[in-house]
Amino acid sequence: MSTLVSTSRREAPGIAAIPDRLPVGLRDRLLRWEVILLAFLVLVFLLNTQLSPYFLDPWNLSDATFNFTEKAIIALPMALLIIARDIDLSVASTIALASTLMGAAAEAGAGPVALLLVGLGVGLLAGLFNGWLVTTFALPAIVVTIGTMSLYRGISYIILGDQSYGSYPEGFEYFGRGYVAWVLSFEFTLFLVLALGFGVLLHKTAFGRRTFAIGQGPEAARFAGIDVERHRLMLFALVGLMAGLAAVLLTSRIGSTRPNIATGWELEVITMVVLGGVSIMGGSGTIPGVFIAVFLMGLVTFGMGLLNVPGIVMAIVIGCLLIGAIATPILIRRLARRG
Amino acid sequence: MPDLSTLLRRRELALGLIVLLLILAVGARAPVFLTPGSLVELLTDTSILMILAIGQMMVILARCIDLSVAANVALTGMITALLSSHMPELPIAITIAVALGVGLVLGAINGYLVAAIGIPPIVITLGTMSIYRGSVFLLTGGEWVNSHEMGRAFLAFPRATIIGLPVLAWIALLIALGAWYLLGHTRFGREIYAAGGNPQAALYSGIRTDRIQFQVFCLSGLLAGLCGYLWVSRYAVAYVEIAMAFELQVIAACVIGGISIAGGIGSVAGAVLGALFLGVVKNALPIIDISPFWQMGISGAVIVAAVVINSRGERRAGRLILREASIAAARGSQGARA
Repeated sequence: MSTLVSTSRREAPGIAAIPDRLPVGLRDRLLRWEVILLAFLVLVFLLNTQLSPYFLDPWNLSDATFNFTEKAIIALPMALLIIARDIDLSVASTIALASTLMGAAAEAGAGPVALLLVGLGVGLLAGLFNGWLVTTFALPAIVVTIGTMSLYRGISYIILGDQSYGSYPEGFEYFGRGYVAWVLSFEFTLFLVLALGFGVLLHKTAFGRRTFAIGQGPEAARFAGIDVERHRLMLFALVGLMAGLAAVLLTSRIGSTRPNIATGWELEVITMVVLGGVSIMGGSGTIPGVFIAVFLMGLVTFGMGLLNVPGIVMAIVIGCLLIGAIATPILIRRLARRG
Repeated sequence: MPDLSTLLRRRELALGLIVLLLILAVGARAPVFLTPGSLVELLTDTSILMILAIGQMMVILARCIDLSVAANVALTGMITALLSSHMPELPIAITIAVALGVGLVLGAINGYLVAAIGIPPIVITLGTMSIYRGSVFLLTGGEWVNSHEMGRAFLAFPRATIIGLPVLAWIALLIALGAWYLLGHTRFGREIYAAGGNPQAALYSGIRTDRIQFQVFCLSGLLAGLCGYLWVSRYAVAYVEIAMAFELQVIAACVIGGISIAGGIGSVAGAVLGALFLGVVKNALPIIDISPFWQMGISGAVIVAAVVINSRGERRAGRLILREASIAAARGSQGARA
């Protein structure tokens, strides 16, 4: 019997995502994913203040945001895309391609604004190409974006080989290194504004409701009059655009471009989204959840960094965090059903 | 059933012809590519990718995916290398048994989390990928194990030649043969196709789909473990980053070979030819004087092209429902799938 239940849940994730009754009681509210994440976040924060005397310095905390802001900016549209049952594994390669073409444009004498447009434009085109392949040929997004992941970064390698671009014009460094006020960096402020924007887009507009409808069931959404393919294309374009923006910020921050820039970021971005409570099967998830998960991952890595834990060991912790985050609610639900 | 199998046979035949034409085209530019020695080298160089693609194919057939294979290769490879550096005289059979055992355990962890707890495979293996790779570092603190520290038998075994072919290539061929028999001629093999083609129907016909999922992850882990030893022995060095991101090449080989990521469709010949295709591209570029930096872009373009060409069979039935003529086609292919 348990096999039947688990398989049918995997078969129709959308159906399982609709609860039998509305979450009204205090217990339901407390067991909400965002609340659990927030509790974790507070715990990690307190732990960090105990472990390192350098942690609570405002400039230190501000510096810490640089490590995850660019990934977090991609995680926002990625959440929408995954809610709509698609995925984009090519975002890190899109960054490489956008950054490379920005480097080429800078070499040709483009100014900061032109470079911004090049970055955004390349990202948008890369996203549109993914979306076009997925929707026109009815292909699984994961396969298409594994292909374009090689393709986009491959083009970077063809252009750059073992060379790099390193001369960017005066003023361009503001995007990645500038401060808006006191410790608030331009990057981080931009992320806060975008998070608010994506939160409103997903939770307060018809666009957001369409996204959920497609994630719950693309067929039903089509019969409800939603142009599913066009909506998916727009989501892919949005992810590409934000990857282009991340490329501008990253290139500006580190001031150079190599073809191996941002390697492996796609997995970190997806980890952020899934940790934030977005169902990888689509149909459910929230921007506040992703928002908290971004900070949780940022704080965990920053805290470990202060303790001189090497990056590869942090990867183990992130991996455990990811699996634990997904397994815990499933196990709790199973125990609750038994009890 | 017949119309699908002819379609599949044609697809593999077409891919085989393309690989052959590619080899001949490269040979026309650089005849040295067609010498027996060079062709054996091509096969040997592709063997590990082939074995991993076969393991990955079984996972994909069951509607799962295993992103942790390359990390499994790195961890198992490091464990066998450390073992060899501490006990250089260890018989090769024990080294291989250890590699298979460690790989199996790593695969079983994936399989258990997927089948028993019901977490989507892509999430699980994304997590274990980081964990396994990180464990290599924990094991060594980032130290390398170099060839002079490894045992003589440890290094010699895959290189030994039997009837003109190195043992490494023989292992790949035997595994391909074994997988072909397993998938096409045993009950377990047919159950994998059933579980991936239509899990609901498979369940109703008495197939424990969760057990199948567990078993395919075990098999994939087992083969990855073996490749861990083969990799370290072939390149004669073990460090944290070996086979980094190789899982994507493995999945790419499957995709080029026409294995449907939606599960239930694919063949051993497809996986082998897909791997061979990538191998030919990789080995041919330096011979015809194209910068190796082109390799990634070319494989990307090939994957995208292969996916688009293979796409016709994968259109969802829901899209065709209003077109009368296509209903029969959709039903036909669905029936054949189950």
